[in-house]
Amino acid sequence: MQSTNFIWDLFGVNLLTVVAVVALPLGFVLIYALVAILAELKISAWIQERLGPMRTGPYGILQPVAEVIKLLQKEDITPDASSKLLYNLAPFIIFSGAYAAFAVIPFSSAFMPANINVGLFYVFAIGSISAMGIVMGGWASSNKYSLMGAMRSVSQLISYEIPAAMAVLSIVVLSSSMNMQEISHAQTGYFWDWYLFGGPGSWTKVFIIPFTITLAIAYFIASLAETNRVPFDIPEGESELVAGFHTEYGGIKFAMFYFAEYANMFVVSAIFTTIFLGGWNSPFGEFLQGPGWGVMWFILKSFSIVFVQIWVRWTLPRFRVDQLMYLGWKVLLPVSFICFFAISLFVMFK
Amino acid sequence: MLTYFKNIWIGFYSALVGMKITWKHIFAKKVTIQYPDERFPLPSNARNRLQLMPARCTGCTLCVAACPVNCITLETVRVVPDDPHQELYENGTPRKMWVTRYEMDFAKCCFCGLCVAACPSDAIHHTTDFEYSSLDRSHLYYKFQTLTPEQAEEKKRLFAEFKAREAREKEAKAQAAKPDAPRPEAEV
Amino acid sequence: MSEKKKIDIEYSQLDSERMRINVGPQHPSTHGVLRLEVEVDGEIVTDVVPHLGYLHRSFEKHCEYMTYPQIIPYIDRMDYISAMNNEWPYVMALEKMLDVKVPEKVEYLRVIVAELNRIANHQIAVATFGLDAGAFTPFLFYFRDREYIIWILEKLSGARLLYNYFRVGGVAGDVYPTFKEECHDVIAKVRKTNAEVMNLLIHNNIFIKRTAGVGILTPDVAINYGCSGPVLRGSGMAHDLRRDEPYSIYDRFDFDIPVGKGEVGVVGDCWNRNMVRMHEMEQSCRIIEQALEQMPMEGDVTAAIPKRIKLPKGEIYSRAENPKGELGFYIVSNGTDKPERLKARGPSFVNLSVIPEISKGYMFADLILILGSIDIVLGEVDR
Ligand code: SF4
Ligand code: SF4
Repeated sequence: MQSTNFIWDLFGVNLLTVVAVVALPLGFVLIYALVAILAELKISAWIQERLGPMRTGPYGILQPVAEVIKLLQKEDITPDASSKLLYNLAPFIIFSGAYAAFAVIPFSSAFMPANINVGLFYVFAIGSISAMGIVMGGWASSNKYSLMGAMRSVSQLISYEIPAAMAVLSIVVLSSSMNMQEISHAQTGYFWDWYLFGGPGSWTKVFIIPFTITLAIAYFIASLAETNRVPFDIPEGESELVAGFHTEYGGIKFAMFYFAEYANMFVVSAIFTTIFLGGWNSPFGEFLQGPGWGVMWFILKSFSIVFVQIWVRWTLPRFRVDQLMYLGWKVLLPVSFICFFAISLFVMFK
Repeated sequence: MLTYFKNIWIGFYSALVGMKITWKHIFAKKVTIQYPDERFPLPSNARNRLQLMPARCTGCTLCVAACPVNCITLETVRVVPDDPHQELYENGTPRKMWVTRYEMDFAKCCFCGLCVAACPSDAIHHTTDFEYSSLDRSHLYYKFQTLTPEQAEEKKRLFAEFKAREAREKEAKAQAAKPDAPRPEAEV
Repeated sequence: MSEKKKIDIEYSQLDSERMRINVGPQHPSTHGVLRLEVEVDGEIVTDVVPHLGYLHRSFEKHCEYMTYPQIIPYIDRMDYISAMNNEWPYVMALEKMLDVKVPEKVEYLRVIVAELNRIANHQIAVATFGLDAGAFTPFLFYFRDREYIIWILEKLSGARLLYNYFRVGGVAGDVYPTFKEECHDVIAKVRKTNAEVMNLLIHNNIFIKRTAGVGILTPDVAINYGCSGPVLRGSGMAHDLRRDEPYSIYDRFDFDIPVGKGEVGVVGDCWNRNMVRMHEMEQSCRIIEQALEQMPMEGDVTAAIPKRIKLPKGEIYSRAENPKGELGFYIVSNGTDKPERLKARGPSFVNLSVIPEISKGYMFADLILILGSIDIVLGEVDR
């Protein structure tokens, strides 16, 4: 028993909690990814007046499971010319980056894997890891398409990190906290107390409502770009780059990219929910308010954002790489700066 | 400056217009036909797998000549008068040709319908059956002849015998006619 | 040498390495098995060399061994998206050589099926163009509508894609009772979807940004390269064989020839080429409506022609307006039932040759769009 004692020493009675905290989000991520994949398949089908998958399980709900099983069964191919270590490492880095962000997501007032004071900062730091993974994957597969995809991805991530951060910072200024749990607490009440509508406060907040709404839109656009979703999916723009940085990947490694994309979608939606949509708060005061219901509200709100992301994807064409830069640097950045400035002034003179 | 904001607004607005359209389609009636369970009724003239009606085919080889990809293999033998096995065409006239081989290779066929158009006796027609794919190419090789190989051999033998007999008869006739007709030589 | 000057020299030598990329033959956006050898400097295309022949089926040589009616199914397989239109010039050539008068009803039927097929072709062209730009939904809207057109053509001819419908002196299938209503139905559907796609895709700001001012083909370059069809009309040249050299009964219909006007972007860019196709669909709808009105419903659908088609000695060139441009057949006959030589002038092939000219200096993603706006079918390019 000597060998396992140190674990006990390390965690003591909290062992169960640690396991729960680690296992729950992992289980959640996997199940969520399956649901999101199904949602994407179905919503895209409905938008296009199709039925979508119908044959695996009732109404095709087992389709993502079948897809994952298929990907698991596939031969694991490593191209000869690739640099093996980086090539094999990249999917894991991307997935862990996406997964690690779940540590600070406040699912409800009682459940949050790690309640740290710089939660938002942590999310942004962790979010950049995926860019590293993309570059590794793109460079290591020694494919020209992958390389171009990787290069595009980095430039895109850098450009869109800033407007997103600006949007988040404005809310940080409003709530004077970086702790996501505290930001959620601050928005308790009715839906007009959400930061989307200026946050809690007296009638003077009407001055900043236009700015917060603009910020929410700016953050949403930037988050689309960060997760490489249409209309910003140029790193994997299938019409020119075949599949972009993961052209050479197959089987379970591809599945990890796939999962990471959907996990990332949820992370950005969760942040959006937390900072703009009141997190786990009920929109109607005490109606269904509480730690248990909080999880429901949180997931409901996040899923609506995920839905909008899917909806946008099946509506819009794709940007070109220079237009994407233009939008990032010349539109979103000034706009978010203006809003940030206005909100800071408001907080100063309130 | 104004155009800058106007451009942003136009871009944003046109995206919203698109999203409104796609939103409406989410609830529209779906057009998918779930194929093996539901089927779209094929028109009766759909050009799919061919079917030969052996009772009509006269073995005239017009379809073979019409086919652009040579996917029909046709072999015929004349019906000899003393064959105990005689047959009628569908329209009641006696058969003049045995079709000993009528084979179609649907791996080659391009379903152009030219053979159908060429056939004078409407013996060949398209069916609406398109689900005959197979993992084995030889399964796409359809044999339409009604005669068994043994029967075909028999017919061929009969025909050969008949021909030989005919040739003998002709020779005999020629022999018999010789003394009477030395004229061609005489004329020279 | 001063420090500053040294830096300047070094800076001028700082040229990133050019990269040669093989786009195709297996690539999602080359519309078949086209291979483009692209040289890019970063994202900028500096050179494009198309390589053809991956779908070569030696169509022209095959034809020398086939009788005249047997060639028609092969012609279907050239531009398999608009097979009806392909058959027309060929059949017309034979009819001219044989001096066959085609019945009135057949002429109308031919116009209707050809225009229906033109709509179907343009639907695919616009749909795949949208797909190249990343918009998936209009693609499926158009494929849904195209199915209705194909159902009509299937009921007439018996086949969905490779119709083999035109015969010398006639067509292969008569109209069915509900033909007219179904055609009107389809036209209504086409118009509805077009209006929708106009808002969803064509006037979407991102799409405009992507396509307007990209791949500008000036009229003189277009003429020098021999471009035709929407590619030429997109550059503002109102050249349409249906109007300039009315074959069959096109002189009886009232329709416009849409040209690129540059409402958005520059005349001759991808957006205008695409817009010409959108307008042409509407014009085709108009032609079909008029033809349905004038068409006699009674009568035979074949003229009296000899069983064995033997062309008199001589040669002929016959052309017609294919959805992709001018399709011509040059037939040399030696008096037998097989052509001595048959040469096809394919619009896709000619239009494709303009790619290196108009795609240099644009970005790599634009190259895909330029290729999509040309609307090629590799079956006809390689033949
Ligand atoms: S359909 Fe065409 S290819 Fe097929 S057998 Fe008949 S003539 Fe030959
Ligand atoms: S054309 Fe008709 S009758 Fe003649 S061989 Fe062919 S199928 Fe038989």
